This record gives sequence, structure tokens and C-alpha cells, in this order.
Amino acid sequence: MRYVDEYRDAGKARALAASIASLCEPGRRYKFMEVCGGHTHTIYKHGLEDYLPENVTLVHGPGCPVCVIPMGRVDDAIHIASQPGVIMTSFGDMMRVPGGDGSFFDAKAAGADIRMVYSPLDALKIARQNPDRRVVFMAIGFETTAPSTAMTLMRAAATGQDNFSVFGNHVTIIPAIKAILDSPDLRLDGFIGPGHVSTVIGCRPYDFIAREYGKPLVVAGFEPLDILQSVHMLLTQLAEGRSEVENQYGRVVPWDGNLKALQVINETMELRPYFEWRGLGFISHSALRLRGSFAAHDAERIFQIPGSRVADPKACQCGEVLKGVLKPWECKVFGTACTPETPIGTCMVSSEGACAAYYNFGRFTRERVREATR
Amino acid sequence: MKDERLLIKEEQVLERIERARRRKARLREEAITLAHGSGGKASRTLVEAVFLEAFGNPVLAPLDDAARLSVDGANLAFTTDSYVVSPLFFPGGDIGDLAVNGTVNDLAVSGAEPLHLSAGFILEEGFAVDDLRRITASMRRAADAAGVTIVTGDTKVVERGKGDGCYINTAGVGVLRRPPTRDVRPGDAILVTGPIGEHGVTIMLARGELDIEADLPSDTAPLNGLLESLAPFAVRRMRDATRGGVATVLNEIATDHGLAVVVEEAAIPVRPVVRGACELLGIDPMYVACEGRAVVVVAGEDREGALAALRAHPLGADAAVIGQIKDDPPGLVLLKTAFGGTRIVDLLVGDPLPRIC
Repeated sequence: MRYVDEYRDAGKARALAASIASLCEPGRRYKFMEVCGGHTHTIYKHGLEDYLPENVTLVHGPGCPVCVIPMGRVDDAIHIASQPGVIMTSFGDMMRVPGGDGSFFDAKAAGADIRMVYSPLDALKIARQNPDRRVVFMAIGFETTAPSTAMTLMRAAATGQDNFSVFGNHVTIIPAIKAILDSPDLRLDGFIGPGHVSTVIGCRPYDFIAREYGKPLVVAGFEPLDILQSVHMLLTQLAEGRSEVENQYGRVVPWDGNLKALQVINETMELRPYFEWRGLGFISHSALRLRGSFAAHDAERIFQIPGSRVADPKACQCGEVLKGVLKPWECKVFGTACTPETPIGTCMVSSEGACAAYYNFGRFTRERVREATR
Repeated sequence: MKDERLLIKEEQVLERIERARRRKARLREEAITLAHGSGGKASRTLVEAVFLEAFGNPVLAPLDDAARLSVDGANLAFTTDSYVVSPLFFPGGDIGDLAVNGTVNDLAVSGAEPLHLSAGFILEEGFAVDDLRRITASMRRAADAAGVTIVTGDTKVVERGKGDGCYINTAGVGVLRRPPTRDVRPGDAILVTGPIGEHGVTIMLARGELDIEADLPSDTAPLNGLLESLAPFAVRRMRDATRGGVATVLNEIATDHGLAVVVEEAAIPVRPVVRGACELLGIDPMYVACEGRAVVVVAGEDREGALAALRAHPLGADAAVIGQIKDDPPGLVLLKTAFGGTRIVDLLVGDPLPRIC
């Protein structure tokens, strides 16, 4: 298939892998964080680690939109969904995320009207089709999905769709990366930067990572060759003693981002003073809420929100996994108490979560696999 | 090597996980959720923890597509399946031919010659009689094509709003001719009878929720004729890859026989339109339902012969050898990716859910 197979070419991968190996200084170990859950998914789905030398480790970062939603927000959403006349809508990934008292799927089985949509515009359509119901869209995601929420809000306001509201949970990527950089227990050599977020925010916001923290960052695409090439670019920078922001994903990411998209976000949303991230705790200025001018479509103002705070289960080490301090299998409950069927932590739910990706795709040791697939 | 200690620890964790996975399934949910109907892990848990628990007997225990019965010296296969599909009519078929082909295929993959079917209808008040006629006409055509007769039936009507127009249950009996031997062993070859994922993607698109248009019919078809062409070969296992897709069938083979299933991604036939739709939605065609494709395990030496026999039949023109059985690691399905890496292919918990970005 065009525009897909070119980026999955095994021959090119072998050539890149050889070049990557030659760039590694003997005896030195390299640790790169892929910020984005989409990258984690690609790495496992295509078996990309088979191409990396032993001394290059990829560490999974916090950029999984579902993984960072705290349990209390899920409970709040289920509370809204249980109000009379409400239709709650959200993306498919959200359906299985456990709150303090069950997931959307459980609430749906108990009678709440919760529907999966593919775009916030679909939620708006449901509102138009059900004028006597109150339709709420649970908005999640980084700057990648915020523009589509923003456009939907603007359309709802313009068409006077008063029975439509948004329960906003959009988060921003930079504060999360900064929290990781400031965390003392992780030594990273560089970042594979988020691709789709950067289509919106561009590459400039990462400058401080290269300048102040001295870590190279390469904005990367989501095909396996994109990621291999980004590792190559990071190693080249290190070999040449540089730390810069580079853009591997130039076919999609403009250096300055998408000004129009940033403008619609800015028109409809503003930074919250602080927001709770699953596993990472409260991070200031790390999330968006609806502006006062969109109060009529703001579920947080329309409904009484309990503002649930649910402490993560003690056994769950999602926080350490999201920060890249622990590999998924190093978590105490990984694969035994916490599995995709019975997830304790969110990292086990989303297909982009590091734990789910490792459990579903990578649950074996490389030696035995090499033996089996020889 | 610095990582040696880590590797040992990782291996211990993996062994602990495998032990946890072998434990008897326990149903944790207090109410049925949609995931219990998806054909993945949740379905399996429900079947094992509720139905096997209540009905357990040696005929049911293998949980195969059809029960093998011995009645007064005759060897029979007996199966049943219920059909709930929305929309009822879709490109390439409707709930009617689905209900016939599905049950015919459950018999065919058990090595039986399908003979007779029952048909039970649950109709919703207000359902158009014209639509019902369309459905029964298509059932009749499908039955004729498969060489079976519908010999008994039942009708119930539920109040408006209590059903989705029309649900159908069919049961079928057949005579066991050449049941697969079930002695799967390392070196056996794994084949699929045609391109995968077409029914599931057709239904997703036909629901009209995605605003994607594609020219793709469902693959619903009776497999008895095609699978009869395998008579000269040592067939170990056959399953039709319905809910949960080819990935689920491969996992069942790996767990049932305690062997490794190793498949090559590049060898798995997937039409470009199915691949494209799946790429857009972020789902894997390996988990998408087929209604006219079977996964077949044959002895290694019959690999080419079986492939040629399948390809000689119109329904098997795109059949392919997709992998083989190995002894280690037991119970796992490994996929050599087209990119040149390796990963496992596990059962999904529920339906494949589209990703957000």
C-alpha cells in the first residue's frame, strides 16, 4: 500500500540498523525516551527493538492520552453520564479505563447511555438527532485532538446546539516533558519527540530541552522506519556533540506548527492553573479548560461535578512507568494482578499504553523468539 | 554483560505471567458487558466460568465449532449459532445468508457434511414483512448453494424497542466424514483459505458511522465445498475465523495444543481496501471477523498439496500458507512482522477499539 509500505521496508531497516550500530560508542549505553504512546505502539507492533543494538534502550514516556487520565476524572464522567437524559460520548480507548468504581463499559452495562464516537463532530451530530437529551463529549488527548474539540465547540455555539457540552480533559505535552526532565531518578540521553502533537504546536516549544537541559530531541513519525531514523539522528547528534531539536517528520510537521489550529484552541480554551495526571500528580499549567465564553457548552459548569479524587491503587506503578523509571514488566502487579482483562492501571488499557503494548506484543524474551523464528 | 541480571528477572516475570494465564478463568464482572460477546478473552472467560461450569461434559469440553456425537453407530456433528448484525443488509450479503453460511461452516470445519438446519427467528414488533421475505429468500439461496435444507424452525415476536428488527438462530446437523485429527505437531503448516477481515470491515463501513466509503463486499460464503478438496491430505485442525478473526483462531490452536504458532505477516492475504480501512482506524485486520474463511493446519509434507487444492476452488483462489507450528514457546502466537521484527499476537479482551490519534 502506498505511503505505508515504503516506511516498513525491511531492507532499509537493516541498512539503518547497521549504521545505528556503527554510531554507538563501544561501552556506552544510550537511553532515549519516546514521548508518545503512538510510538510505543509502533515499536512493539513491528518488533522494532529487534533492530536496535543491546546498548540502545527505548524508554516509554507519558504521551498516552488515555493513560494520564486520573481515576477521579473517570468517576466524574460516569457521574455526569448517570444524570437524567444524558448521553455521554467518547473515543473508543476511553471505554475500558477503570475509575474508582468501574469503567464506561461497566456504567453502560448498568444502564448509562454511553456511546463511542470517532470524532467530536459525531457527538455533535448525536446532539442534533436527540434534541430532548443532553449530549456530553468527554474530550481527552494532547494538542493533537484539542483542535477538533475546539472546532466542534465553535460549531455548536454558532448553530446554537444548546444540548451539547464538552467535559474537557485536554492536556498539554510540554509540562509533562518538563516534569520528567526534572525528575531525579531518570537519566536520559535524548527524546524521540511526539509527531502528531507537533503537527499542531510545531518544533519550537522543545527548544528549552536542547538548550537548557542539553538533550537532543528529534520529532518523529509513526512508521517503524521513522523511529529507526530518529534513533539514528539522535545518535548522530550525540556523536557530534550536539543537542538540537530536529524534525524527522517533515512530511507532516511544519516547523512552526499549525497556526490555525493553535488559534482555534486559544479561542475556545485556556490553561488551567493545575491538573492532576495519573501517576504524575498535579502539574501546573498542564491542561486546558473551556473559556468563559463557552460556558453554555462546558459540562464542568452545567453539571454538578463531584471532583472525585481517587488515589491510585497502592500496587499500581503506572506513575513510574509513565515517567520511564520502570519498564512495564518491572511493575509489581504487571501481568498477574494487572492484565488487559483486569487492568489496575491505565497503562494496561490503551493500545498505546506501555504496559498493554508490552503485554500484548512483547511478552517473551528475545532469545527464545530468535530461536522460534529462525 | 550488564543486562544479564535484568534478563533473568524479566524471564521470571514472564513465567509468572504464563502461570497466571493458565489459571482457571474467573468471571469478575457482575453484569454482562459488550466485551463478553466479542469472541476475545472476555467471551472465553464467560463460556468457561458460566457455561462450562454448568453444562460441563466430555462432548462439550473441547469447545470446538461443532459437537461430535455418536448415535447408534452414526457419527454426527451438531452445532448452533445466533446472528445479531447491524445493519441487517450489507454489501455482499445479509443476516439471512450469514445465518446459513455460519452454521454450515461450523459443520464443515469439523469435517462434517452439513445436512439439515433449523431456523429460529426473534422479530421485533413493526419489522417489515418485505424485509423478512428478503432475508428468507437469501437463506433459501444460501441453503441451496451449500446443499442443506432448513427443516424446522420457530418464531417469536418481541415488543417494539426490545429487539433489533430481526435476530436469527440456526442449528445444524451433519455426518462426520473426515474430522480433523487434532494431533497438531511441530512442523505442521498453517493455511488460510482467502484474504482476511473483509466481513468485519464491510459491516463497520456499512454502519455509516465512519464516513469512509469503499467498494468491499462481505466474504460470507459456505466453506463445505472448498474444505472437501482437502480430503486427500492429513488435516489436523480447521476453524472458521469468525468473531475475533484469524488471531483468535491461532491463539486457540496454540493454547489447545501447548505449541507455538509462528506466522509471517507478509504472507497473510489482506486486500488493500481492508488494510487501508484498518490503518485509518488503528485496528489490526488479524482480529477482524471473516464469514467465509477458514484457518487450516495440515501436516508439513502436505503444505503445497493442500495449498494447490484450495487454490483450485473458486473460493480458495487467494489461499496462502501463513506459517507453521513450532514447539517453543508453548501457547504463544508469534508474528514475524513485514518490517522484519517479531512480536506476539494475543487474544483481545473485547472488540478492537479504534485509536484516538
